[in-house]
Amino acid sequence: MRRYVVKRLISLLGTLLGVSVLIFLMVHLIPGDPATQILGQFATPEAISQMRTALGLDQPLWQQYVGFLGRLLTGDLGTSLFTGESVWEQIVTRFPITLQLAIFSVLIAAIFGILLGTIAAVKQNTLVDRFVVLLSLVGISAPGFWIALFLIWIFAYKLALFPISGYEGVHSLLLPAITLGMAEAGMIARMTRASMLEVIKQDYMRTAEAKGASLVSLIFSHGLPNAIIPVVTMIGLQFGSLMAGAVVVETVFSLQGIGSLAIEAISKRDMPTVQGMVFFMALIFALTNLIVDLIYSRIDPRIHFD
Amino acid sequence: MNNSRHMSYWSGIRKRLQRNKTAMAGAIILLVFTLGSLLAPVIAPHPVEQMNFDQRLAAPSSTHLLGTDDFGRDIFSRLLHGGRISLLMGLITVVLSTTIGVTLGIIAGYYRRLDLFIMQGMDILMSLPALLLAIAVIAVLGPGLANAMIAVVIAVIPSYVRVVRSAVLSIREKEYIEAVRALGIRDWQILLKHILPNIMSPIIVLSTIQFGVSILAAAALSFLGLGAQPPMPEWGAMVFVGKSFLSQAWWMSIFPGMAIMLVVLGFNLLGDGLRDALDPKTR
Repeated sequence: MRRYVVKRLISLLGTLLGVSVLIFLMVHLIPGDPATQILGQFATPEAISQMRTALGLDQPLWQQYVGFLGRLLTGDLGTSLFTGESVWEQIVTRFPITLQLAIFSVLIAAIFGILLGTIAAVKQNTLVDRFVVLLSLVGISAPGFWIALFLIWIFAYKLALFPISGYEGVHSLLLPAITLGMAEAGMIARMTRASMLEVIKQDYMRTAEAKGASLVSLIFSHGLPNAIIPVVTMIGLQFGSLMAGAVVVETVFSLQGIGSLAIEAISKRDMPTVQGMVFFMALIFALTNLIVDLIYSRIDPRIHFD
Repeated sequence: MNNSRHMSYWSGIRKRLQRNKTAMAGAIILLVFTLGSLLAPVIAPHPVEQMNFDQRLAAPSSTHLLGTDDFGRDIFSRLLHGGRISLLMGLITVVLSTTIGVTLGIIAGYYRRLDLFIMQGMDILMSLPALLLAIAVIAVLGPGLANAMIAVVIAVIPSYVRVVRSAVLSIREKEYIEAVRALGIRDWQILLKHILPNIMSPIIVLSTIQFGVSILAAAALSFLGLGAQPPMPEWGAMVFVGKSFLSQAWWMSIFPGMAIMLVVLGFNLLGDGLRDALDPKTR
């Protein structure tokens, strides 16, 4: 197990190194002169020259990368070209909202997804099953920004139950979390259903049934604990994508998380902030995947990594 | 003989697909939207850019089936025309990402030396959630319709490479491949004539589902102001404009969003059906 963790950590470092090259090249891949592109065509030559220095473009490429990597390793993600604030500070200030949103939506998605998926599997080939299958596909197919507007229209405008936008405490995260969790719930329901259908066929289920186990105990003590393993993995792996999905949801609900920070930075072409954000997200994404893999081996004793 | 067996293989798939009601429902949804978009200039009740300030933000009625927008333009007509943009965007991104992804996947699966190199690159791309990767690409290239398509293509390529590579790996050691290799047939001929036809099933299923995913991603980028720009009647951009008028004119954003959802649902239903039809074992 320890060997596996070390191997994974080394591969994670390799990937992050690759990501650092990719992020470093982002500025250099901007068509034309990056400084002019960022400042616009009407910028004075002095401003452009200052921007070139700020972006480090006046040095040779390898030197720029070494400097960039060195700063990354010390946790220095640079400073915003517009606010002058440290990118790391901006991310740290805004990350809690995104994290709360992601956790909240995973909870909602897991509860509804597992429940609906289990019901569909138990009632296989009935009207209930078809309805759940269709509903989960609708959840996956509907654009997040559209679900968000739909929920705002009904619950904030028509029923006035929730704030229309902004953060006024945890309850203002409910609509955003439902929006974000909808597609996830659809995927979890589909996977739970498929996994549960496999488990239902197993001999130990038939044995439990023959021994007189009630339907509830059959499902919750014998079926679900076995069916849920791949589902838990998927939930974990989707956690990173959920944070990316937060870009859209935070924009619609005017939440000051890191998703809306990314969009603000892109619209102003604030490259250091964009680069810092992308690196931070990649780091979170990679770490969650690693943790999920390790948890996976804990909850499923059949899995050995060595 | 070989040809007739080939025919029966595909007609078997077609029959299985036709028996699948949900897949057929998906196909019908897609057919309706495709026809609606193609015939937009003929069947749209109003010219797409015709403004009518007396009819600003008019609710759905018999004159304006789905209401009007902030310039008094007919939403139904704009949706029909917008379908051309959204569906074409989806088509172009799917064709490009399939071509590039399948090529890279075949190379990675067949040539072990290039495998590590290609997969390392894909791992780096996949270390970012797809939407974030697309946004990063836009940060470099700048907002716009064409750049949004490039961003989506780059974001979805890794999923093709992974699927195709593992499909190639599973058949490259098969006896019939060894046999053609022993006959001295060139690599590219083996890849095109003997490997590609045998890995078509996963590619077809993936492309169908990715068609929907691409439309969804492109619409999300437009909604964020990074893709198609208003006043273009692209569906995502229409929802974006409608967002500001949600309290007065819900139809401005709800209907275009519904169109996106239905088309993506169509591709997902068809994709699921194709998966079952192409690989009956997984049912």
